[in-house]
Amino acid sequence: MSNRADEGCARKRKTEADRKSEDCARPDSPVIAAFRVFQRELDTKHDKHERLVKISRDITIESKRTIFLLHRVTSVPDVEEILNEADVKLDGVRQKIGQIAEELKGEDLHQFHRAFTPGIQEYVEAVSFHHFIRHRTLISLEEVNARLVFIRENKGEGEVTWAGPSVLTFQITPIDYLLGVADLTGELMRMCISSVGNGDIDTPFQLSGFLRQIHDGFSYIGNTGPYEVSKKLHTLRQSLGKVEDACYTLCVRGSEIPKHMLADVFTSRAATHLDPDEPMV
Amino acid sequence: MSVTEMFSFIQGFLSADQDIREDIRKVVQVLEQTAREILTVLQSVHQPCGFKDIPSKCLKARELFCTVRNHTGELKTKFPVEQYYRYHEHWRFVLQRLVFLAAFVVYLESESLVTREEVAKILGIEVDREKGFHLDVEDYLAGVLILASELSRLAVNSVTAGDYGRPLRISNFINELDSGFRLLNLKNDPLRKRYDGLKYDLKKIEEVVYDLSIRGLTKEQEAGGDK
Repeated sequence: MSNRADEGCARKRKTEADRKSEDCARPDSPVIAAFRVFQRELDTKHDKHERLVKISRDITIESKRTIFLLHRVTSVPDVEEILNEADVKLDGVRQKIGQIAEELKGEDLHQFHRAFTPGIQEYVEAVSFHHFIRHRTLISLEEVNARLVFIRENKGEGEVTWAGPSVLTFQITPIDYLLGVADLTGELMRMCISSVGNGDIDTPFQLSGFLRQIHDGFSYIGNTGPYEVSKKLHTLRQSLGKVEDACYTLCVRGSEIPKHMLADVFTSRAATHLDPDEPMV
Repeated sequence: MSVTEMFSFIQGFLSADQDIREDIRKVVQVLEQTAREILTVLQSVHQPCGFKDIPSKCLKARELFCTVRNHTGELKTKFPVEQYYRYHEHWRFVLQRLVFLAAFVVYLESESLVTREEVAKILGIEVDREKGFHLDVEDYLAGVLILASELSRLAVNSVTAGDYGRPLRISNFINELDSGFRLLNLKNDPLRKRYDGLKYDLKKIEEVVYDLSIRGLTKEQEAGGDK
């Protein structure tokens, strides 16, 4: 069956070629030759794009897993252990980013930017979350980029006969960084809620301060940034609202309620905090 | 680095970026103006009297392309050259128009498809990415597709103007283009969308050729092909 189809296809192509040679009397005209070149060029470009999309997807998945892992820090005693485990995972992600850097060697980063921007944003989210849990500060763009330097041994790889290792770097654009940080705030909000659930009273206040700083930063940028930033600003406001609300509840009710019951009060409040009719206070 | 410092650093980056975009936009606006002027010059070939002095119109258009070269030279200085694709969107449209115009001039002069190298030369830019401000292959192809629809219109009008040989030559040319485009594996992108329109141009020209041939080509036909 498939053989048949192939034949039919071949025949069709042949008649097409016949017709063409009748029409222009030179089947291998300069036009066709030129289009063969374009075909190769476009195929190379599309293949590279596809490869980058695939790597980006892997990066997204691994980064998401790292974030899930990091969310467990609120419920286990040994934070350091989880952070180290996450570090190992992030190293794996960095290796993948190294692959992107390799693909982009000698290319314009912006030409293929759309292919890998989701993965990079997710990576920024994961790495900044990790950094926040360890140091309680915002990781800077330089710090992120400083860890994306790859040293490749080029011996025996065939194509390139360079001597010695080559250094590859990957530069995250400020916009990807910004969008990644915006996503980070959502994770911080979740962390805040779950830490209250575990009776941790300090973390929510630290988080609300940090989130407020980030929020102020985003408001400072305002609409000078790209379109996506202003979209994320709205979600950021909601996250901040939830965290501030949580801190409020802790302040108001914290002194009246025994510690072990606080979690219950809080979760019921968090679930309905958007309801204006709620008879609180 | 504190959060505030980080954000003011990014703010600085963003406003620098915006300044560059503003500069580019200004040059592109001028380029668009020139492109429209060239188009106006070339559009007159569709007029019945315009067929006679095609060479002089091409000359005029070529003169205007000198201005284009000046503008592209200016555009090159507005941003770091390795960031071509970062700002690509700003000049993509006008560059495609200019490719079309250059291809149209070359077609009117020699009835052949302009090569990518030739276009780059006419526009005063490079072919290879490594050498600087270059002509992206997709933009080149998009410009060629605009040419195809313009030529299908020219075929109709040349019949009205009494030039019965031209539609046949255009038909050959577009057929060749079509078989060229068939070689490409296009993704589902703007270029592909534009390519999908090529078959209608093809059809239109075939109709014109058909109308001419059933009437014996050289005979005077006032209604020939104008459908």
